[in-house]
Amino acid sequence: MMRFILPLILFLILSIFLYKGLGRDTREVPSPLIGKPAPAFALPTLQDPAKQFSPKEMQGKVWLLNVWASWCEACKDEHPVLMEFSMQKMLPIIGVDYKDKREQGMDTLKNAGNPYDQVISDADGKVGFDYGVYGVPETYVIDKTGVIRFKQIGPITPENLRDKLMPLIAELQAK
Amino acid sequence: MIPELGHFSLIIALFLAATLGVLSILGAQRNSRALMGVARPLAYGMFVFVALAFGVLAHAFLSNDFSVLYVAQHSNSQLPGQYRFAAIWGGHEGSLLLWALLLSVWAASVATFSRHLPEEMVARVLGVMGLIEAGFLLFMLITSNPFTRLLPAAADGADLNPLLQDPGLVIHPPMLYMGYVGFSVAYAFAISALLGGKLDATWARWSRPWTTVAWVFMTIGIALGSGWAYYELGWGGWWFWDPVENASFMPWLLGTALIHSLAVTEKRGAFKSWTVLLAIGAFSLSLLGTFLVRSGVLTSVHSFASDPRRGIFILGFLVAVVGASLLLFAWRAPKVGLGGKFDMLSRESLLLSNNVLLSVASASVLIGTLYPLFMDALGYGKLSVGAPYFQAVFVPLMVPMVFMMGLGPLARWKKMAAPDLASRVKWGFAGALIVALLLPLTMGKLLSLESHKWSPLIALGLLMSFWIIASLVISLKQRLSGEGDFVQKLRRQSLSYYGMQLAHLGVAVFIIGVTMVKGYETERDVRMNVGDTLAAGGYEFRFNGVSQVAGPNYVSGMGSVTVHKDGRLVTELHPEKRVYNVSGMPLTEASIQPGLFRDLYVSLGEPIPESDGAWAVRIYIKPFVDWIWAGCLMMALGGVLAISDRRYRIHQKAVARAGNGTIVGNLQGQTS
Repeated sequence: MMRFILPLILFLILSIFLYKGLGRDTREVPSPLIGKPAPAFALPTLQDPAKQFSPKEMQGKVWLLNVWASWCEACKDEHPVLMEFSMQKMLPIIGVDYKDKREQGMDTLKNAGNPYDQVISDADGKVGFDYGVYGVPETYVIDKTGVIRFKQIGPITPENLRDKLMPLIAELQAK
Repeated sequence: MIPELGHFSLIIALFLAATLGVLSILGAQRNSRALMGVARPLAYGMFVFVALAFGVLAHAFLSNDFSVLYVAQHSNSQLPGQYRFAAIWGGHEGSLLLWALLLSVWAASVATFSRHLPEEMVARVLGVMGLIEAGFLLFMLITSNPFTRLLPAAADGADLNPLLQDPGLVIHPPMLYMGYVGFSVAYAFAISALLGGKLDATWARWSRPWTTVAWVFMTIGIALGSGWAYYELGWGGWWFWDPVENASFMPWLLGTALIHSLAVTEKRGAFKSWTVLLAIGAFSLSLLGTFLVRSGVLTSVHSFASDPRRGIFILGFLVAVVGASLLLFAWRAPKVGLGGKFDMLSRESLLLSNNVLLSVASASVLIGTLYPLFMDALGYGKLSVGAPYFQAVFVPLMVPMVFMMGLGPLARWKKMAAPDLASRVKWGFAGALIVALLLPLTMGKLLSLESHKWSPLIALGLLMSFWIIASLVISLKQRLSGEGDFVQKLRRQSLSYYGMQLAHLGVAVFIIGVTMVKGYETERDVRMNVGDTLAAGGYEFRFNGVSQVAGPNYVSGMGSVTVHKDGRLVTELHPEKRVYNVSGMPLTEASIQPGLFRDLYVSLGEPIPESDGAWAVRIYIKPFVDWIWAGCLMMALGGVLAISDRRYRIHQKAVARAGNGTIVGNLQGQTS
């Protein structure tokens, strides 16, 4: 008798794992860059090509690096979340306009609002390459000493902003 | 207005499917002719309304109706017509609609081609399929309605993922889904047999052709997907052990076991409960595959939007369907009793061992695929196993399987003396062994390959294929020996015999392809300036630079690489780096010159910054790689031959046999 029930038992055990797996966040991919210093770069800002930005300017601050593009659909979902978050003035948010045309990037910000303290134009995707950008949007939390502490693949949602990013930022700022 | 009609059709189809499920199964249990009589009309009705909904969605895509959210997300006015049609299954909602459509096609076909079956069997089979269809339609209507409106309408759509804008991807999903869904027929037959308590050979006879058809579709579907990955992803690989690939491979492995097990159940009355379990298993894995792909529990290169609500629903459905079937199995199977007896060495025992090996292989793919999920759930962090795990597990399982695959068709049913079998195959095996050991020594020279190495894995791979071929020749010789006209005897063999041998030959061809590519491929990733040449594998590749070309909905950087051999021009290849206008997504398009003994494969990497038009270029020479897909095609053709066998067309006789309850299988391989 037992051998005929065995398939059912095995299947039920499997279903428990599948159920647990549902809550899993597959977007949180471990990145080799976590715990490493953020790669250095110097690139022109989006609004003013004569002005350059480099991560060195952010020494001593906890900051957010958000990679986006005007052609990216998921970024449009993320944009209002960032807009609201930027109102709180919790930390500087630096945008990277990734593999995008300058005019189109500026148009997007003009129409939808600008949540960023500074926006860098990464037309060739150099920064994206150094940071191992996997898909747009992506967001990095970088601490006061310039070390990457967290990487989010895909859009930031109000939930993971509240549950993941904000506690982490508060913790890093307290250090 | 038209999209709402589609939505409405789905609701009607759901109602029909649920009614079909309840009434016809109830009718069969109560033996009510009137209730069973509604099964066929309801199955046709279900098909008509799902087809209507599908037609409406197709119309929305072809007429660029961007007021439908799903169309706005997956299409664009610039998208060429054939891809606008294929975009129907370019996303989650449409894929489900295709699933539901194909399931209703299978149900309608069963309704049409089952005139010779007992009424209660037909009613139960259609009823089970109706319940499954109802589950999927409910899922669609609750969580994934493809007809949701977008108001105000988008000016233009977000475009179909460029990866999916490819002829291979136009037909790959329908083929694969035909296979997935087709296993529901074998499943429905098995459940009907369990419900009716009649687990004799007859259900196996009836479900055999259906199972083979589903398996043929699945084989072609998987081969197309693999071919697509080979030329579209630009890495030159043909199988990545990606969760989505595994999701289709698991039911294929069990389906293969099922085909063989059904043959034994039909002809010998043995393996009864095992065959039922395989039929439940194959379809359960199809459902599980759907869950894995659609719920986002695993990351994959094919990743789809994940929505936890969807995951919960499919999981609930999966537990209900599979759990109920396995419960029914646990309840009914113990009463089945043993079938025909057989000896330790017999065709049955060889087939059984192979079935076990295929099932173990399928289980090990399942474990490997779900490993990250297990580890995460148990708190060991995010880990995953890759190709090394699968290869380490797979090869040791396949070696004995292939060995027995050669013996199976030569062995007799019931009982076979080992010395007898050994004396039949010894020369064939010795020949295969000698050629497999010696051939790799000269292979390099023979095919002017770059590497000349002899490796045990290459010899093993060749031994497996030559062994299959040798056993095939022995089997043919046995059947054609003796007096009489040779052509006459060739003709007298059944189509299903030729089908089996062709499919087995396909496995041999497939193994040759895999072995040769793995053993002898040449891969070069190089930086090339305009005018640079690279010598590899006896060929000279010259990079002539990249120029801009406009496509219908993309701009392409088209490279030019001329290939010479011994000073003669072989071909000019045009690998592309496309950027799609709407999504801005870059895509690599490899350029391949296929050949019987090798493919020349060139794809573009990235442009080298601050250089004069230099690019990173990948140049691969892939010996025998097309044999991989040729082998799959032969397996599929073998399946087609097997179902074309004339005994499936003589329905009346089958009924007579089934009525007597005796097993008068056409005992092939019983000659000599």
